[in-house]
Amino acid sequence: MNNLIIAGKTYSSRLLVGTGKYKDFNETRAAVEASGAEIITVAIRRTNIGQHANEPSLLEALPPSKYTLLPNTAGCYTVDDAVRTLRLARELLDGHSLVKLEVLGDPKTLYPNTVETLKAAEILIKEDFQVMVYTSDDPIIAKQLEEIGCVAIMPLASLIGSGMGILNPWNLQIIIDNAKVPVLVDAGVGTASDAAIAMELGCDGVLMNTAIAAAKQPVLMASAMRKAVEAGREAYLAGRMAKKSYSASPSSPTDGIITRTGTIAHHSD
Amino acid sequence: MIQLIINGQAQQFESPLTVIQLIDRLALQGKRIAIERNGEIVPRSQFREQILNHGDHIEVVVAVGGG
Repeated sequence: MNNLIIAGKTYSSRLLVGTGKYKDFNETRAAVEASGAEIITVAIRRTNIGQHANEPSLLEALPPSKYTLLPNTAGCYTVDDAVRTLRLARELLDGHSLVKLEVLGDPKTLYPNTVETLKAAEILIKEDFQVMVYTSDDPIIAKQLEEIGCVAIMPLASLIGSGMGILNPWNLQIIIDNAKVPVLVDAGVGTASDAAIAMELGCDGVLMNTAIAAAKQPVLMASAMRKAVEAGREAYLAGRMAKKSYSASPSSPTDGIITRTGTIAHHSD
Repeated sequence: MIQLIINGQAQQFESPLTVIQLIDRLALQGKRIAIERNGEIVPRSQFREQILNHGDHIEVVVAVGGG
């Protein structure tokens, strides 16, 4: 299996996972380990002032020395909020510049606002951030995000946290075919087959959170996702057979089949 | 008395204080945090020098689980 390269850095896992919605940090860590992911997303939030001073911290459970942390802008609806969040993230993570940008347009669907996303990406790229960008499955916007310098394009498969799977494989295919930077499906994966389908399309990777965290057994699902992403990648590299509608083709030899023709012939004698 | 708006909430202090003094007051010593003052990042290297004044808007953030 060839490696995933993002912004010049090589990763052996093509599965990226989020760290939200877990029961506790032990479960987060166990799921991340089972997933085999090397890149994990984190959110940036206001600290609780004056409360829970001894609360365990996420970065103690998942140290930046072991994982590539990908700070996100989840919950940001404006260019300003997204840019400020990632500046804080870079300071928090000692100058680490690989980030996940998302600028949302609607709290009900969490659908990305691609106009604002483009503006925010431009600012961040000027400030030397390496921007992996969450976007819609619009191939034109995806291309524009690539052209302004995003290091990876991450279209949705369906709405964030919906688990609805790959709703428009054709658009994803266009984005993949046109892109010179990695394309990762981000959002919408519900189960292992969804991840495999994304990889079979030729995606460079898959980013997911809820599909694992909201499974009845998150650690087992993380393991399933790891295998699905690997299986999908191998199937993509292997090159699938052509689909043949209405024309079956037997898998076994057509010669040497025992038949009753002989018997029938005797009867008719 | 000065007032700072910290993570959206007003807090009173007897006099202007440095960022490092604020971190002590908030019991955040040793925590991995990042600080923004009036929309600008305060680099860790300036925590001892920068003095916070009345009306400053301060954001103190940490990394949390997210997707």
